[in-house]
Amino acid sequence: MPVGTIYSCTETETGGNQSENRMTKKLMKGSEAIGEAAVQAGCKLFFGYPITPQNEIPEYLSARLPAIGGAFVQAESEVAASNMIYGAAGAGERVMTSSSSPGVSLMAEGISYLAGSELPVVIVNIMRAGPGLGGILPSQADYFQATKGLAHGDFRVLVLAPWSIQEAADLVQDAFDLADYYRNPVMILGDGLIGQMMEPVEFREGRKPIKDLPPKTWATTGCKGDRPTNVINSLFLDPAELEQHNIRLTKKFKTIERDEVRFETYGTDANYDVLIVAYGTVARVCSTAMDELREEGIGVAMVRPISLFPFPYEAVRTAAEKARSVLVVELSAGQMIEDVQLALARSRPVHFLNRMGGMLVSPDEAVAKVKAIVDGSSEEVHHG
Amino acid sequence: MAETVFARPQALADVSTHYCPGCTHGLIHRLVAEVLDELGVRERTVGIAPVGCAVLAYNYFNTDFHEAAHGRAPAVATGIKRARPDLIVFAYQGDGDLASIGMAEIIHCANRGEKVTVVFVNNAIYGMTGGQMAPTTMPGQVATTCQLGRDVELAGHPIRVAELISTLRTPAFVARATVHNPLVAVHAKEMLRRAFRYQVEGACFSLVEVLSTCPTNWGVPPVEAMTWLEKNMLPYYPVGIFKTPESGSREPKPLEV
Repeated sequence: MPVGTIYSCTETETGGNQSENRMTKKLMKGSEAIGEAAVQAGCKLFFGYPITPQNEIPEYLSARLPAIGGAFVQAESEVAASNMIYGAAGAGERVMTSSSSPGVSLMAEGISYLAGSELPVVIVNIMRAGPGLGGILPSQADYFQATKGLAHGDFRVLVLAPWSIQEAADLVQDAFDLADYYRNPVMILGDGLIGQMMEPVEFREGRKPIKDLPPKTWATTGCKGDRPTNVINSLFLDPAELEQHNIRLTKKFKTIERDEVRFETYGTDANYDVLIVAYGTVARVCSTAMDELREEGIGVAMVRPISLFPFPYEAVRTAAEKARSVLVVELSAGQMIEDVQLALARSRPVHFLNRMGGMLVSPDEAVAKVKAIVDGSSEEVHHG
Repeated sequence: MAETVFARPQALADVSTHYCPGCTHGLIHRLVAEVLDELGVRERTVGIAPVGCAVLAYNYFNTDFHEAAHGRAPAVATGIKRARPDLIVFAYQGDGDLASIGMAEIIHCANRGEKVTVVFVNNAIYGMTGGQMAPTTMPGQVATTCQLGRDVELAGHPIRVAELISTLRTPAFVARATVHNPLVAVHAKEMLRRAFRYQVEGACFSLVEVLSTCPTNWGVPPVEAMTWLEKNMLPYYPVGIFKTPESGSREPKPLEV
């Protein structure tokens, strides 16, 4: 039984104190850690459809949620699942779904309605390689979809990309607070490695929300007494009214761009020739490469975007000022690289290293690419 | 002192609807609202509006409402009911919404036995988009996308939703009614009352198919539309109860040797 994993695995307590905030370290598979993090964040409901490589999330929650008085429903399709979370979020409860690339395409409908109706949900996309049925191995080919064009209409979802199981668990918990605060879908964008790896995870007990969360007075909970009816809706037949709605949503996304940028920098205090920009598990591969390069005396640093929308344009621009060249590493044909180019505005040459189809970038490949940039044998990427 | 014998149900908003003359959506809204009042559940009811002529139903009911994507009302209903089992949840859907784009959602909602009520309004045509052929359009019936009449060789026969849903083994209340005259409308209200009562009791999924008119897109005057329904739809879509939670399964009987 998948749910048993959390209880039967090795547990180590760190810190040794017995205070309320003590942390319990457990060895967990990424998918199960994501499921448990959701439960600990107060998620009561999960609706989803099976798809590899993320099935351990619904499997875990199918046993865990009924045990805490919540509900798990295996939907008839991702289309239905995205509309089930739309209903549950409208009723004011914390709800999550998870899927992988082709399934997320099917969820586009529900996600657009959720954004249009301003409802909070958390959506986990454990990306696999595409297009079409593609493959089941890790990929970052859905960056454009997640950050630019998830579905019809002008909207954005907050996109958070973990590079470890611990970070995945932390981001899932934060995602519920951010979704409630902004009344907007939040997506956790991982790859097959995040779903399948096992690592030690700590869950903070007595965790407080990261935002001041107002009561959900808008939810469809029944109009008792004189309370006016609550209507969850994204239909505006009057174009002037819809434009005002669009303007309000746009302001919200601007606020998110201002306030919710997340990133980490590595080695930017020292001097460096090459700045790497990479996210998710690819950034971990690059950090291994960085260790090797720096031992050989090659100056290299990294910016790791954690929020992909909003993208850390300023952090990339600032870090690139000390570098002669920038290297973008992705498991795609080149998607995040466009945001990096936007950030740099042609101020630095941009190089690109990628693998696709479920193939991974190795530390050796990253080392070789940085060396090629330094010795001038790597060609920069030109667009337009 | 004067006694009130007829008033607007509390569950019905005090507004004019956008429905065409001779359309029975307004009447069906009223029957649903009367039932919600009589069961005393208005303050804990959430309706789900479809995409179709009833898309603005949230303006016409005095209950909380959730506007669904086309065909997805049963999925939205599932989400609401699982989140808040104490709420009375009903989906109000037309024939294109439920029997075409939303067929998967309605079948699986019924098959899971979600404790929700579906009011399925069948007027044999797409109304809001301008009179295209529906899954329930009658053989030979003219629509803007079958201008020579529905050809069953190409488009198949009209789908009988009440019959289809009633084949599922999961306990449910499934009925068909019509509202083309006051007498049959009384029967329709009784079917709606039973459907909602099963939900209030937490018994089962319930669906009432209600035959309805579309004078505008059928191209006939309102009064003739009532006759058209009776003459053309009623023989193919018989009214009655197709399934009750008490009626048991419809498994094939073992062969007697």
